[in-house]
Amino acid sequence: MSETQNLTLVQAVRDGLATEMELDDDVVALGQDIGKNGGVFRATQGLQSEFGESRVVDTPLAESGIIGSAVGLATGGMKPVPEIQFSGFMYPGFDQIVSHMSRYRTRSRSRFSLPMVLRAPYGGGIRAPEHHSESKEAFYAHEAGLKVVVPSTPYDTKGLLISAIRDPDPVVFLEPKLIYRAFREDVPEGDYEVPLGEAAVRREGSDVSVFTYGAMTRPTLEAAESLAEEGIDAEVVDLRTVSPMDRESIVESFEKTGRAVVVHEAPKSGGLAGEITALLQEEALLYQEAPVQRVTGFDVPVPLYAMEDYYLPNAARVEDGIREAVEF
Amino acid sequence: MSTIQRDPENRVQVLDEDGNLVGERPDIDDETLLDIYRDMKLARHFDERAVSLQRQGRMGTYPPLSGQEGAQIGSAHALAEDDWMVPSYREHGAAVVRGLPLKQTLLYWMGYEAGNEVPEDANILPVAVPIASQIPHAAGLAWSWKLQSIDDDAAADAAAGDTDTAGICYFGDGATSEGDFHEGLNFAGVYDVPMVFFCNNNQWAISVPREKQTASETLAQKADAYGFEGVQVDGMDPLAVYKVTQDALEKARNPGEDQLRPTMIEAVQYRFGAHTTADDPTVYRDEDEVERWKAKDPIPRLEAFLRSEGLLDDETVDEIEETIEQRVSDAIDEAEAEPRPEPEEMFEHAYADLPPALREQRDEFVETVNRHGKDAFLEEE
Repeated sequence: MSETQNLTLVQAVRDGLATEMELDDDVVALGQDIGKNGGVFRATQGLQSEFGESRVVDTPLAESGIIGSAVGLATGGMKPVPEIQFSGFMYPGFDQIVSHMSRYRTRSRSRFSLPMVLRAPYGGGIRAPEHHSESKEAFYAHEAGLKVVVPSTPYDTKGLLISAIRDPDPVVFLEPKLIYRAFREDVPEGDYEVPLGEAAVRREGSDVSVFTYGAMTRPTLEAAESLAEEGIDAEVVDLRTVSPMDRESIVESFEKTGRAVVVHEAPKSGGLAGEITALLQEEALLYQEAPVQRVTGFDVPVPLYAMEDYYLPNAARVEDGIREAVEF
Repeated sequence: MSTIQRDPENRVQVLDEDGNLVGERPDIDDETLLDIYRDMKLARHFDERAVSLQRQGRMGTYPPLSGQEGAQIGSAHALAEDDWMVPSYREHGAAVVRGLPLKQTLLYWMGYEAGNEVPEDANILPVAVPIASQIPHAAGLAWSWKLQSIDDDAAADAAAGDTDTAGICYFGDGATSEGDFHEGLNFAGVYDVPMVFFCNNNQWAISVPREKQTASETLAQKADAYGFEGVQVDGMDPLAVYKVTQDALEKARNPGEDQLRPTMIEAVQYRFGAHTTADDPTVYRDEDEVERWKAKDPIPRLEAFLRSEGLLDDETVDEIEETIEQRVSDAIDEAEAEPRPEPEEMFEHAYADLPPALREQRDEFVETVNRHGKDAFLEEE
């Protein structure tokens, strides 16, 4: 049994990166302020003094340059891990993500794959300024050739990040910054993998399945516990990877309960809740006891922080969604 | 003094428009001189045939290169065997020099994914269509060589990386207006990478002339902003292009003191034809202008020089033309004989391991095609 450390989610990011950089010289981290400063959230704290300035690189302020040069580094045989400071600033690099990062394997008939992991703190709830709270995982999940990960626990974060770096294909790794420091968990030292594309059942239940990921996993679990006292037994499934989605686990849970709620903080329209609803319609219509409920952010820009608490789904809204599904 | 260290407005020239030696003759052997001539002729003939194939409906939209042979072939010949090339979408001529079979270029523009297959020993990245987007890749690729040259000492300084490999990245004049041009060159300067940035300034970004693209006096001077040298060269003078590229590659490998490795070359030239076969240049430019530039055509220019050097005569020219025509015609036959891809090939290279849901999409689709027969899907040609 390996030793463990009691880590926050952001410390698990650091630990995952450090573990893989130790094992694989081809892994390089690059981004704004990630070196000396250790990243604005300290996700790369101390890595530069540990691995040197050539492997933990403070780049110019340039999202397209960071992602585009990481594409070039990967074609040259490296495993770059670029960080964008906030996911709300990924758009200047969006062309590189969708025109090149996602399709280099296809374009080159697999001569070049891009084993790169694009990391960014993502999501709302930390009282940040405009463009610091976006939740646009659907953009990346919609793009063929990418894998998209949103972890919800420190243990998963480290294991998923290591898997993502080892994956031959490019991964967008979105770190829910609301829970960067919300709690700690025992995380094994050294390397281990949490496989991409597999959901985790966080709470077993028989009345209704609640599908969620990232920071929303916590209010969802809170709602499930509180409803348990009323006799509603909710199963909570944490997707962990939103693309490719673990369709099998989703359908399996739904077939057991016959009712579903999807919780995410991203806007409702065109969001992944719609994808999950369609999946259940296609694969398990005859098990369906009630309409699928979507508890999500709204189709408005994420508001500044005075209204932020109204925007983000919370346990009360999740409870309402679950009741709606169960009482139909 | 290196050709690179000069006023960017002082354009490098070796041959005048009539093929007379007016500058310093580059260090280049007779065989290479003849190869450059042959490859320029090949590129021109290939281009003419490709445009004609498009007109006959045998090929999709195609971006012609005629007029740009001097820049493409001259620069590509300056690369060493292990060097890399990062192209835009018009470098069909340079790509042949780097070992990409003509058949592949034809297939790509005929709409076959198989055209993207590059032989393992050809050091060339795939075609990049979004303007300037390949420039950051070139910076990153060259940066990877530096990182890989650092030994295991984790504390090694980033600047210590030394490498024998260098590369060339092509883009047009319009690309210099894009953010990616700035970000790519800026990274190249900051990380001091062994990459030569080669701007094919063909005067027109589709319909917008060079002078409406930027208020800069020259494009070469933009290199100043990134801390490295920029040089302007007569892009229709293959020998001047060869010399400037050779010097830039040499500097990329072995920079002098206080010199950064990258260089930006602005090769001043002209595209004789349309931007692509979907474009009509008569709408935006005068025939006079085209004729003025055609007088600078790189092919007769080099031919005159080679004849004056006694390296070419009528007989050799005929022989060369015959070989080229045969080669292009064979490539067209091969490309047109390529079987249409099977439907499942669409899914083949999206991921290293196909995710289960995508496997399902593929299998269902293949089953559907088999049920209806391919004819139900394929439009008649």
